[in-house]
Amino acid sequence: MWTTIVQIMPYAIVFTIPLLITALGALFSERSGIVNIGLEGLMVVGAFAGAFVIFKFQELWPHNVAALWLGLLAAMLVGVLFSLLHAFASINLSANQIISGTAINMIAGAITVFLARNMTGSGNIRITSGFSRYDVPLFSEIPIIGKLLFTGTYDTTWLILLIVAVSTIVLYKTPFGLRLRACGEHPHAAEAAGINVKKMRYMGVMISGAFAGLGGAIIIVTFAGEFTGSVSGLGFLALASLIFGQWKPLGILAATLFFGFASTVANVSQVIPSLAVFPPVILKVFPYVVTLLALIVFSKSSRAPQAAGEPFDSGKR
Amino acid sequence: MRSGVISLIAVLFGLLAGAVLMAVTGHSPITGYMYLFEGGLKSPERIGDTLATATPLIFTGLSVAFAFRTGLFNIGAAGQMLLGGFLASAVGLSLDLPKPLLLLVMIIAGFVGGALWAVVPGILKAKYNVHEVVSTIMMNWIAYWTVYYAVPAYFKGEFLETESKLLPEAATLNVPFLSEMFGGSYINLGLFLAVIAVIVFAFIINRTTLGYELKAVGLNRHSAEYAGIAVNRSIVLSMVIAGGLAGLGGVAQYAGNAANIQIGILPSQGFDGIAVALLGANTPVGVLLSALFFGLLYSGRGFMNAMTEIPPEIANSIIAIIIYFAATSILIERLVRWLIRRRSSGASARSSAERKVD
Amino acid sequence: MDYAVEMLDIRKEFPGIVANDDITLRLKRGEIHALLGENGAGKSTLMGILFGMYQADRGMIKVSGKEVRIGNPNVATKLGIGMVHQHFKLVSTFTVTENIILGSETRKGLVLDVKTASKRIEQLSQRYGLNVDPHAKIEDISVGMQQRVEILKMLYRDAEVLILDEPTAVLTPQEILDLGIIMKNLIGEGKSIILITHKLKEIKANAHRCTVIRRGKTIGTVDVASTSELVMAEMMVGRSVTFKVDKKAASPGEIVLQVDSLSVNNNKKCLALNNFSLEVRAGEIVGIAGVDGNGQSELVEAIAGLRKPESGSVRLKGEEITGLSVRSRIHRGIGHIPEDRQKRGLVLDYTIAENMVLEVYHREPHSKRGILNKAAIKQYAERIIASFDVRSGQGASSIVRSLSGGNQQKAIIGREIELNPDLLIAVQPTRGLDVGSIEYIHRRLVEQRDKGKAVLLISLELDEILNLSDRIAVLNQGERIGVVNASETNENEIGMMMAGVTAEGGGEA
Repeated sequence: MWTTIVQIMPYAIVFTIPLLITALGALFSERSGIVNIGLEGLMVVGAFAGAFVIFKFQELWPHNVAALWLGLLAAMLVGVLFSLLHAFASINLSANQIISGTAINMIAGAITVFLARNMTGSGNIRITSGFSRYDVPLFSEIPIIGKLLFTGTYDTTWLILLIVAVSTIVLYKTPFGLRLRACGEHPHAAEAAGINVKKMRYMGVMISGAFAGLGGAIIIVTFAGEFTGSVSGLGFLALASLIFGQWKPLGILAATLFFGFASTVANVSQVIPSLAVFPPVILKVFPYVVTLLALIVFSKSSRAPQAAGEPFDSGKR
Repeated sequence: MRSGVISLIAVLFGLLAGAVLMAVTGHSPITGYMYLFEGGLKSPERIGDTLATATPLIFTGLSVAFAFRTGLFNIGAAGQMLLGGFLASAVGLSLDLPKPLLLLVMIIAGFVGGALWAVVPGILKAKYNVHEVVSTIMMNWIAYWTVYYAVPAYFKGEFLETESKLLPEAATLNVPFLSEMFGGSYINLGLFLAVIAVIVFAFIINRTTLGYELKAVGLNRHSAEYAGIAVNRSIVLSMVIAGGLAGLGGVAQYAGNAANIQIGILPSQGFDGIAVALLGANTPVGVLLSALFFGLLYSGRGFMNAMTEIPPEIANSIIAIIIYFAATSILIERLVRWLIRRRSSGASARSSAERKVD
Repeated sequence: MDYAVEMLDIRKEFPGIVANDDITLRLKRGEIHALLGENGAGKSTLMGILFGMYQADRGMIKVSGKEVRIGNPNVATKLGIGMVHQHFKLVSTFTVTENIILGSETRKGLVLDVKTASKRIEQLSQRYGLNVDPHAKIEDISVGMQQRVEILKMLYRDAEVLILDEPTAVLTPQEILDLGIIMKNLIGEGKSIILITHKLKEIKANAHRCTVIRRGKTIGTVDVASTSELVMAEMMVGRSVTFKVDKKAASPGEIVLQVDSLSVNNNKKCLALNNFSLEVRAGEIVGIAGVDGNGQSELVEAIAGLRKPESGSVRLKGEEITGLSVRSRIHRGIGHIPEDRQKRGLVLDYTIAENMVLEVYHREPHSKRGILNKAAIKQYAERIIASFDVRSGQGASSIVRSLSGGNQQKAIIGREIELNPDLLIAVQPTRGLDVGSIEYIHRRLVEQRDKGKAVLLISLELDEILNLSDRIAVLNQGERIGVVNASETNENEIGMMMAGVTAEGGGEA
């Protein structure tokens, strides 16, 4: 059992990271009052932009890791640009945020493949190499947790964990965080306090776009290596993590780790004897069923931002 | 009427955006569109194929629209359609009955399968106030994996691991007279089923106490409860009907347009249903028309791709962009109002534009 | 003269309506100035302009004698103008301190400095006698304290002019007295206060001067000490008003509603109504007096069948109905004018016709075997429209959202009376309406009583309870403090009882 966990854990962490950063971005968006179900699409455009930029730079300078970092940066930028579509619809036009998010998902899925096909013919973009994995010196020697947490890691993992830590401080300890959260709980209170609610909500959605784009690109530079036109529902899983984690950074960390672990278990169950006893379908649907159960459990005591999903109209009091 | 104009403008914008996409990727939009529409319309066979392509979209569009009218957002039409199609295929592959009877049982199975998949979010919403958007997304993935493992386990195809056995002739909606009438097209009885569904939808929503109740619950749950309407039952019932409609879409797809079920893919018609409903302003006739239009884009894209090398995803892109414009219809409304004012005030156009009213 | 604020000839038009028509209001430094007007007279618009939420089309605003342009609330705050809104603008999951500093945070480097802010809030709280704990969460403190947090918010921003919008609507009688003392403290420290209200007694008790507006126009500014309530009321309404509703003595018949030891939980699963008993007879109006949130809603919902009681029973005409559904209760003769007409009473996007059959659409002739009969529904609705004077653009086919509040309320009352119920529950039936509509609705309620129906009236307006009721039951924290005959009691006694002071007077008849 323990050896199985030790075997799986590094893969689970790798799988968790894109979910984590995407869910964290969604936290900013929802805390500002905008529900973002366009995460899936934002991840897709991030994956596309990342793969495209890396592909081009790797042609120029093969084996240079800078290409990968440039790809991640491009993914964030494109994620921000794309999220503006959602921000404009939900903030300026008071559009239904679910519909707008759905449109984002559909546009992203269609246009990226359209563009990729124009370039490669197949609609897929393969990068020559991603980040390489390494054991953290010293730390990986620590008994028990060294093997679990510090072997086979990527640079991106540490980057994202740093972003999570910084985000937590920003949300709870800075004026920006206080204002952002006020906009999601009671935008009229925020407005009365002289805060520009629309601006804060734009910030929330754009951070969500940047993080989801980054999450999509991290898939490419770590375990996928190729853009295929979809992120197989990871964006929706990130949304579920947000709810599961009850709109708190640490909760999200735990929820995404749970999903990462559960998905990894399901993916590797056939090759690990102690897991092969479970029918694969059970392992595959497990995260989704648990999410449904969690929704029931949390339904009575949900800490969702109270104004999330509601258009803000400053005339209405 | 008003929403019809907005939908038309959204379509126009979508097509324009598509033209821009074609142009920036180095293709001629005019030839592109010419082949796209030719591909969907130029022969009886292609027209038949277009109608057949539209059929599942009519069902998923009705499904999403029905849920919308009753205040619910059914984002799970894909999973419901898959499960409905799976159940119908299972019946078709397992029972040996005369064609009319078998089809009837399959249709019922399809409805039940979709309804079953929608009843869970319905109950979660009614009893625990769980938002149906999240729960239907989860149900989509549960459907995906269930079918992913159930098909190879019980109905494995002869050649490919990733699809089921072919349905016997008695278990498909294809009938010779339709195929012949449309020059060998795969058009099938699903279309008639869809038209019946449109009529039933309209009747329930507009003329029955059931429709009155469901709409009242959708528009204002609190008032409905106050007036003695069984709110929780209504929510579950709405989801059951919406899911059933999507399930029928699965029958039309997997036992009509195709003759087997594929695994490893959530049917895109489920998500397109949202687009269909939105563009059709959630009215039965609107759904019918927009499904036909999207069917045309989807059915013509292969021909266009063959003739011009424009990737077929242009159709999906156009549809997705149309949805964005439909979602931001306020923008279009403002534009229309501004244009009208500009024309009516003529010389004083500038001052009126400044008096823009929100 | 030393004026803190002068608003001169302010005019503001909204599409289709002139909200403010050359209004002038001058606030002296150190005074409490009441702004009196009916609902819809233009008070909120005028104050919105002063606070920078709207821009006046014409007119001039001077602060401390200097002309200013107030483009948004931030400008107002900088000019030392603060506002306590009727619906508090507080984030319920934040602490008092977080709410107060929101938007003008103290910081230490990049992060918030909550400690310094809390200390300053504590000092301010002591100086003005506000008694607020800066570390408490808003959702855990009383409504009265929330209001004091709002006041602190303005003081924290060094406001000199404080606008209080209907500040007493949510307070207990004791808290209203406390607020009076706080206001005196504030002017004692040199602040000036504008008090928006439609309650004459509060003006009499607290204000120095009073500006009356009606239909967007200034009627005049009077000295409160030398002006009677009746005169101010006439200025507000534009004609002579009688505070008393014309009604004969009641002749109660048999018991229609009998509530026995009823206990009901609220949404937070706490006991909101505790062991409550009451009976209402045919031909009488029983009023329930109490401050908002003392169990009234739970009582009504338990009687109407919208909420399951924990224990106790409800009987209608002797029949046990405690476990019945809403629909069967309606069928057995309960009509219910709900507290919140837009949330509960109407489907705003349905037409009037569709709303008029909300409880009876399933009965013939409105439908038969599940199929609606639209002609019959329209006919039914038109009858209600005609007999209750519901005014709308397109008659029965108007969308209810497009109706004015008064007409929406008349439609609901018409619908409920048309059901011909033995028991009519009227919750806040005149909230937010103008005097004309109020008088009309009061007449219809008394008419029901005179036809031998039982009427249960729940209102937060003590005047309404006193004027309409034959007997009055007083609720405090979910408990029945007492039941008194309306003819044998007065405002003071009821006010004491609302605060929880037991004084069983008239007793159960």
